[in-house]
Amino acid sequence: MKQKERAKKNYFKCIAQILFMLMVAVIPLLITNTYYLGNIVLIGIYSIVVIGLCLLMGYAGQVSLGHAAFYGLGAYGSGLLTVNWGWEPLPAMLAAALITALVAYVIGASTLKLREHYLALATLGAGVIVYIFFNEQVNLTGGPSGFSGIPYFTIGGWVFSSEVSYYYLVWFFVFVAVVFARNVVDSRIGRALRALHGSELAAACMGVPAYKYKIQVFVVSAVYGSVAGSLYAHYVTFISPSPFGFQASVEFVLMAAIGGLASIWGPLFGVAAVLMLTELLRAVVPILLPTAGGEFEIIFFGLILVAVMIFMPGGLTGGVKDWWVRRSHAASPGTVTDPDKAPEDILPSAGSGRLSK
Amino acid sequence: MFRFAGKKLVLLVSLLLVLLLSAGCGGGADKSVSQGEQEKEVYKIGAIFDITGPASSLGVPERDSALLLEEQINARGGINGHPVKIVIGDNESNETKAVQVAKKLIEVDKVLAIAGPSTTGTSMAIVDTAQKNQVPLVSAAAGVSIVNPIDQRQWVFKTAQNDSVVVEKIIDYLGTIGAKKVAFLSMNNAYGDSGRKGFAEAAPKAGLEIVAEEKFGATDNDMTAQLTRIKSKQPEVVIVWAIPPSASIVTKNYRQLKIDAPLIHSHGIGNKTFIDLAGDAANDVIFPAGKLLVAENLPDNDPQKEVLVKYAADYEKKYSQPRSTFGGHGWDAVSMIVAALEKAGPDRAKIRDELEKTQNFAGISGVFNMSPQDHSGLTTDALVMLKIVDGKWTLLK
Repeated sequence: MKQKERAKKNYFKCIAQILFMLMVAVIPLLITNTYYLGNIVLIGIYSIVVIGLCLLMGYAGQVSLGHAAFYGLGAYGSGLLTVNWGWEPLPAMLAAALITALVAYVIGASTLKLREHYLALATLGAGVIVYIFFNEQVNLTGGPSGFSGIPYFTIGGWVFSSEVSYYYLVWFFVFVAVVFARNVVDSRIGRALRALHGSELAAACMGVPAYKYKIQVFVVSAVYGSVAGSLYAHYVTFISPSPFGFQASVEFVLMAAIGGLASIWGPLFGVAAVLMLTELLRAVVPILLPTAGGEFEIIFFGLILVAVMIFMPGGLTGGVKDWWVRRSHAASPGTVTDPDKAPEDILPSAGSGRLSK
Repeated sequence: MFRFAGKKLVLLVSLLLVLLLSAGCGGGADKSVSQGEQEKEVYKIGAIFDITGPASSLGVPERDSALLLEEQINARGGINGHPVKIVIGDNESNETKAVQVAKKLIEVDKVLAIAGPSTTGTSMAIVDTAQKNQVPLVSAAAGVSIVNPIDQRQWVFKTAQNDSVVVEKIIDYLGTIGAKKVAFLSMNNAYGDSGRKGFAEAAPKAGLEIVAEEKFGATDNDMTAQLTRIKSKQPEVVIVWAIPPSASIVTKNYRQLKIDAPLIHSHGIGNKTFIDLAGDAANDVIFPAGKLLVAENLPDNDPQKEVLVKYAADYEKKYSQPRSTFGGHGWDAVSMIVAALEKAGPDRAKIRDELEKTQNFAGISGVFNMSPQDHSGLTTDALVMLKIVDGKWTLLK
């Protein structure tokens, strides 16, 4: 019975992945406006960061308010290596990821002993330090003026210069990110991480090497950010410190929370929802409040974050799932919750998406 | 982890299919390009400004000026009979957005040239995009790095006075008042950075001593700490390189600390917003600016006077807003493109060539003389030193 359930679940997962790929493949045929396609490229880039963040926050239950730093390290690593030292983009991306992993390891080793709010503040501090580093190391990073001339992404002889080709490149990375995250979550480590999230003490008593796993997932999550940063650098071909500041870190957390922390597909929805909402607010608010300044969306995002935390602690994906479960139960009142479903299915949706834990 | 190796193979194969499809799509996109070019009647010029976000005090008058110009050109029958459409893009004072909007203008709207963006940061962000797509770009921002090194910026021009020109003007002024010990305070972004570099380079040559160099964040709300450190060094004059709102906050803090040394600002405060936000503290501030702010008081033989007075009158009449030098930068960017377009016709490369040949072009920010070595085209003649007296700009000397 259990085995059959499991096989069925894997089957669905496979179907979902194939559907996802088909959708990704078809979108550029439907959307020929490169501006919209560009937005979808950005959604892809942010999604990679947010998937990494969800592994850390949703499954391991560790909050990071400094993820823009890793995103920035990837971007600057790629940019500097390709521009100043003439590296190929792909090895530069790998090297940047390696450097970021090292930095994350150092930060993680010293801060992951902290818990909850203290950890959030420590990562926030680390993020600010990296941001200041980008700003002040004028000779290396170009300082606040940034530096330009980053080449387009190339693999062998392939140059990803057009919007469509970059779209496929980015979404290929998103796909790899999803599959890798899926495998981590479904593995022994994934279960250990969720146990950690439930109660670190209990998990440690059951023999989970809590500290080691926490550092590992922190590093993996930082590498996700770094890869996304590299993709960003080669897409925009110009970088300056401003997209890697504190606000970006907060936006990543917001995207993760809105999409659903303990979910692999959630980030895609979260990122898309936040970006579309930004566009909508830009269009609507000046009509309603002509004197409103540029920062009004922060207020809306704050309100939405509060509302999501109260009414949909599992985010968009969790909320829809809950609604679906409730609806199907109401339709057939005879069915009883399958005890076999626990703990894997109930755990993620039952409150594990809360920020405070 | 390796349980579904077979299924993974299937995934891999379908992924290859996806990549193959992408090759096919590239061709499809090209077709839509040729379809879009059927509308040759209207000349499209793109304009990207920082209309919302922290730099909106620059972007809004620039957009308004561009639209005013569009209206006037179409009222007199367009360019060689072709109506002009200015496609406005808002980069939200955000560099990523600037690149996206630039790509949209180039690929979707197929504009002939782009005016803007408003700030050095957002302009730097799209310099590469303009170069790679070979689209003429006339930025309305000041940073020298936008057009230098010139051999990597063939397609990029700009209308705001170079920082180096402004620095020169300020140093000239310091010479006339005999000040030697200078403190320099700048906002920590591309604009402030560019001014800081320019000044640090030129000051020693002019025999000036920089006794203090401080920075503050673009969104900081208090600069008392930096000013206190500056005060302790007892400079003879303090130079601030910033734009409002932070420029106004510095000025307020400066007066609160009762620092006696004269306060000199950069040309970044050439809009009414600065005075509105700083209030009484703005009085006695000295700064270099384009001649627009004192257009009516210029001598009649000034080559720019006619253009300036007309622009100021039209702008203030249409929008009921006071003139701003930023609006002037935007106006210059668009009108220079229009002038080049008039001579070259709808061809990006020819427009670029014509832009480079611009000579004795009396704009709002100054009289432009472009050359293959100089894509900003202004000298210190474009600037005057102003002093704020009773909340109004007055010509110094």
